[in-house]
Amino acid sequence: MDFLVPQSLPPIATYRVMNAEGKVQDENRAPPDVADEQVLEWYKNMLTVNILDTIMSEAQRQGRLSFYMVSAGEEGIMVGSAAALGPDDIITCQYRETGVFKQRGYTLKDFMSQLLHNKNDPGKGRNMPCHYSGRLKTGHAVASTLGTQIPHAMGAGYAMKLADRESGTQSPRVAVAYFGDGAASEGDFHGALNMAAVREAPVIFICRNNGFAISTPTTEQYRGDGIASRGIGYGIETLRVDGTDIFAVYEATKEARRRALRDGGRPVLLEMMSYRISHHSTSDDSFAYRSQAEVDPWKTRDNPIARLKKWLENKGLWSDELDKQTRTQIRRDILTELKAAEREKKPPLSSVFDDVYAEYSEEQEAQRRELRRLMEKYPEEYDADDYEGGLKGL
Amino acid sequence: MYAGRRLNACSRALKPFLQRRYASQASSEARLNKPIDFKKTAVLHQSQNSARTAYGLSQDAPVDWVNLHGAINASLHHALKSDENVLLFGEDVAFGGVFRCSKGLSDEFGTSRVFNTPLCEQGIVGFAIGCAAEGMKPVAEIQFADYVYPAFDQLVNEAAKFRYREGATGGHCGGLVVRMPCGSVGHGALYHSQSPESLFTHVPGLRVVMPRSPSQAKGLLTASILNSNDPVIFMEPKILYRAAEEFVPRDPYTLPLDKAEVLKQGKDLTVISYGQPLYLCSAAIEALEKEIKGLSIELVDLRAIYPWDRATILESVNKTGRAVVVHESMYNAGVGAEVAASIQEGAFLRLEAPVARVTGWSTHPGLIFEKFNIPDITSKPMPP
Repeated sequence: MDFLVPQSLPPIATYRVMNAEGKVQDENRAPPDVADEQVLEWYKNMLTVNILDTIMSEAQRQGRLSFYMVSAGEEGIMVGSAAALGPDDIITCQYRETGVFKQRGYTLKDFMSQLLHNKNDPGKGRNMPCHYSGRLKTGHAVASTLGTQIPHAMGAGYAMKLADRESGTQSPRVAVAYFGDGAASEGDFHGALNMAAVREAPVIFICRNNGFAISTPTTEQYRGDGIASRGIGYGIETLRVDGTDIFAVYEATKEARRRALRDGGRPVLLEMMSYRISHHSTSDDSFAYRSQAEVDPWKTRDNPIARLKKWLENKGLWSDELDKQTRTQIRRDILTELKAAEREKKPPLSSVFDDVYAEYSEEQEAQRRELRRLMEKYPEEYDADDYEGGLKGL
Repeated sequence: MYAGRRLNACSRALKPFLQRRYASQASSEARLNKPIDFKKTAVLHQSQNSARTAYGLSQDAPVDWVNLHGAINASLHHALKSDENVLLFGEDVAFGGVFRCSKGLSDEFGTSRVFNTPLCEQGIVGFAIGCAAEGMKPVAEIQFADYVYPAFDQLVNEAAKFRYREGATGGHCGGLVVRMPCGSVGHGALYHSQSPESLFTHVPGLRVVMPRSPSQAKGLLTASILNSNDPVIFMEPKILYRAAEEFVPRDPYTLPLDKAEVLKQGKDLTVISYGQPLYLCSAAIEALEKEIKGLSIELVDLRAIYPWDRATILESVNKTGRAVVVHESMYNAGVGAEVAASIQEGAFLRLEAPVARVTGWSTHPGLIFEKFNIPDITSKPMPP
């Protein structure tokens, strides 16, 4: 009677390419198959996200926006994985994937338009800050609900599999679902992985295991060997990756994509190990539940930005001076875009009622007229000047 | 006629003299829950010409004698055949489904498009939303309406809000249809009898539709799948799957998803219902009009549960001056509450009596007590 005892099994290994000194760990393997220009772009994108986080967190404390979520420590996961995806792949996100949007073409203006909810926000001012949308660049709009996007990616992957098979395209697509280790406790995670395996959907499940769900450490989230150990149970090919090593992230995602598209499609699970350096959000003080001493090593030694900087310096592509100049320029660009975004009008007031259905229902039409009547009757109570078109925009 | 307390609720909506005539003459011979005679009810098209006339067809248009699950199957077949983006999936749909609605479809259209999913309602709806977001038209089946609740988060927080939160990107899951059997069936007890339509009417972004008959189901479902660009909750009264048979046009057709239908004209009272209770209403009206000479009652099928057709209802009640709303699900916050409040707002000066509601009680559908809970009808007229 040989019970399988989880604790007696060896933990799943973590795939790593680059060590903490910015050198390829396995001296016998070929260097990462990435052009230097591309790596520099990765570095600048990670830097941009990191500095954006710093500035916008401060802006939130100044009351210039209502809410913000930082992704410090996880920039390598976002940028590295996004770099390995195809331009037409569909992505569903949780909320800490700013780096994915950056790598896939979001500009500073795009970020600011959403964060400040101005008229250029594709979400029309309806979503909390950091809930980016922009289908042409990324995929689905970010929603606050946890785990719900995981089966969406699975369905999108299945739909694209049917469509790409029908069209005979030479560039078949995959869907990608990003989620945290806490969200993996939701029932939707179970539903999605099981169904993806059974329906052989070409989808990559990317779990950012950063050690915490707000205040809840992983010791209170699960007792198995992380999230990766669950993939096997569903019959899904699985890899655990050092999330602070952007080359490991890139290579793992690239290989996952290749496998996901093989033989008509299949799901793949990647667990990216990292640490959430920042507070959960601007509504959280993480030192209420953890110590500074716990955070510090991840800020310095096991930090994705610091590691890649070392790699670039080792190759003679980067320097402290260049780093300083670049950071200054990024900060200046961000502040310029922030001020520009704040000067823009808000979306038109019709955004209150538009897009609930494809077309207005009779009920909505009647309510829109009533709101306009009230705003005309009590103009002092409703300030419409900040909104594009004012009252006429309703 | 209505039995018990619901008799009073109904008769209060009639002229005062009627109430006085019957107040002291309750019949001890009244027998409850006489089965509906589906071969005679006016709700169904009993003749070929009745169906042709109703759907504006020519005298030689082909019509078939079909039951509800057959009509749903015909609609699904047409949708799958006419649009490659249409998918059909859920628990046990591949072999034909537990109510035979998907019979033969997997063989004809293949297991890539008609297939079983693992047993997980939130997974089914989440999967369907992902497909619809890519332009597919998934028809997701929830095996019983009683088991839709595990998918409630996906429907309310995701499907209903998808287009709104996407905004200018134009992303949406408008191709989504979620079908589910609903309503009492004689012996379904707590988890095979529920009719949760009112829960979905409090969610902007979802359409909620319930057909009363095979021909209605065929047109409404085809419109939901092929024409609608909004997610649709399509509820099928399962007691009618085999019982309700009528002549149905053979060729495909659609019906509007936002319009009620007046089934019978009248001038004294408006009765509003939808789904299976319409058959009871029709039988009750027939009995009442036979009993009371000159009485003329209008019967309206709401059909579109949300967004619903206020204009048609208000036009009717402004004509008759009295209204009764009938539904199987419970009284508090039921569809009847919304309809009654809207009638009170829109027909206040015309109302000659309070709007009455005849509904299930505020309890669970206990197995052996179903006949005491759902709206019903006596078997014969009460003695004069």
